[in-house]
Amino acid sequence: MEKAFAALGEYLLLMYAAISKPEKARMYWLETMRQCYNIGVGSLPIIAIISLFMGAVTAVQFAYQLKSLNLVPMWWIGAIVRKSMILELAPTLSALLLAGKVGSNIAGELGTMRISEQIDAYEIMGVNTSSYLIAPKVMGAVFMFPMLVVISVFLGVLGGLLAGMLGGFYTSTEYVRGVQDAMKSYDLFIMFIKSVLFAFIIASIACYKGYTVKGGAVEIGDASTQAVVQSSVAVIIVNFLVAFLLL
Amino acid sequence: MIEMIDLKKSFGSQQVLKGITATFETGKCNLIIGKSGSGKTVTLKCLVGLFDQDEGSILYDGRDTGKMDFNTRKSIRQEFGMLFQGTALFDSMTVEENIRFPLDMFTSKSDSEKADRVNFCLKRVNMTGTNKKFPSELSGGMKKRVGIARAIVNNPKYLFCDEPNSGLDPKTSLVVDELIQEITQEYNMTTVINTHDMNSVMGFGDKVIFLHEGFKYWEGTKEEILQITSGELFDFIFASDFLKDLRLRAKY
Repeated sequence: MEKAFAALGEYLLLMYAAISKPEKARMYWLETMRQCYNIGVGSLPIIAIISLFMGAVTAVQFAYQLKSLNLVPMWWIGAIVRKSMILELAPTLSALLLAGKVGSNIAGELGTMRISEQIDAYEIMGVNTSSYLIAPKVMGAVFMFPMLVVISVFLGVLGGLLAGMLGGFYTSTEYVRGVQDAMKSYDLFIMFIKSVLFAFIIASIACYKGYTVKGGAVEIGDASTQAVVQSSVAVIIVNFLVAFLLL
Repeated sequence: MIEMIDLKKSFGSQQVLKGITATFETGKCNLIIGKSGSGKTVTLKCLVGLFDQDEGSILYDGRDTGKMDFNTRKSIRQEFGMLFQGTALFDSMTVEENIRFPLDMFTSKSDSEKADRVNFCLKRVNMTGTNKKFPSELSGGMKKRVGIARAIVNNPKYLFCDEPNSGLDPKTSLVVDELIQEITQEYNMTTVINTHDMNSVMGFGDKVIFLHEGFKYWEGTKEEILQITSGELFDFIFASDFLKDLRLRAKY
């Protein structure tokens, strides 16, 4: 327990150090753009594939159950897929995916830089490493993840349409009617809140784990694993808290 | 000139530096030698500010780092250049980007001025034409030379080298040693080199400090070191095949 609090304190101090004034704003801007590209464009293919099939599976599952009950019209599936994607599936599953892909990547990269003395090299040059190496990664994730989630929602809804049409559950007109029905902007607000929180959690935990690695190759592997596991658990807990407090 | 006064450093209950006082002179290659675990690396890391000493002072041309605030201590590092044991080149950057990084971060030079400076440094270390290569495409000796180019690009006043010859063949070691010596004299830098390579000591040891179990055991020049006939330093020197051979030749 004492160890966990010490780690939490160390994490908070590192995050505080990461928001200090940059030595040269242009260099931080360039690094942030590089991270935006790596995190955003690099994660797009996997997010696209997963989202398309997530929407498709949601549509097929609900169609199968609603058809057997025959209580509600099938165009409702459009609304169900949309709402599921916006409120839960797109932000949460994309976050878990991102924790695996981006989280392990950041922890591995920073861990390797720590072990191979590259972080020391920055320090000796006079660079504030906690700021230069962490802030752009966290900002890149916070900036790009909501965009990825929006794309995920769009593709999920598209997946639902294609799956339903292929299965002959509904027509495209019926599905689109459902998607457009009773759309609430508050749902989108929740989605963006979740996206920003999840992005911060994933990137900051991964940065902390990588930046504070001590040892060698085995410890870098451990740090990557811990970054994925701990950020995934944190995402699930925060997901519950957001749902509990804001819905 | 760098002055180190009664430097002490512990890790937990283990005291690694037990009060080291030494002066590193400008325009000279100052060597710290000693067995593994004698405190060489900790001393160097205290000098460059990667470790904070528990007790004692470090003065850079009279400026005491212990009396500086965080920002001043950070800014003084811009006067440092360091060659790491494993070179610590940024592996996601090309050779040119590695060398240019301190200029990008701390100067307001134009792109053409930066390019000229990078090319000058690369030429100085005989690495012209490698601008677009990545560190993974270079040999150990080439990496060391790029490391030296990066260390001197911002005209440092103090150059620190941690085991500059480790992992290099004797001929390449000689090239790196000569380069460090030439650069030190050319730019009138205070160079501190951490090594256990006796070839380096005899090659360019203007001033040599021998550490033993966290203490400064001996201090002198490369000429004086050969006069030692007993003690820990003697054992350290003649553990080297090179000097053992020299000694045998002198005897017979």
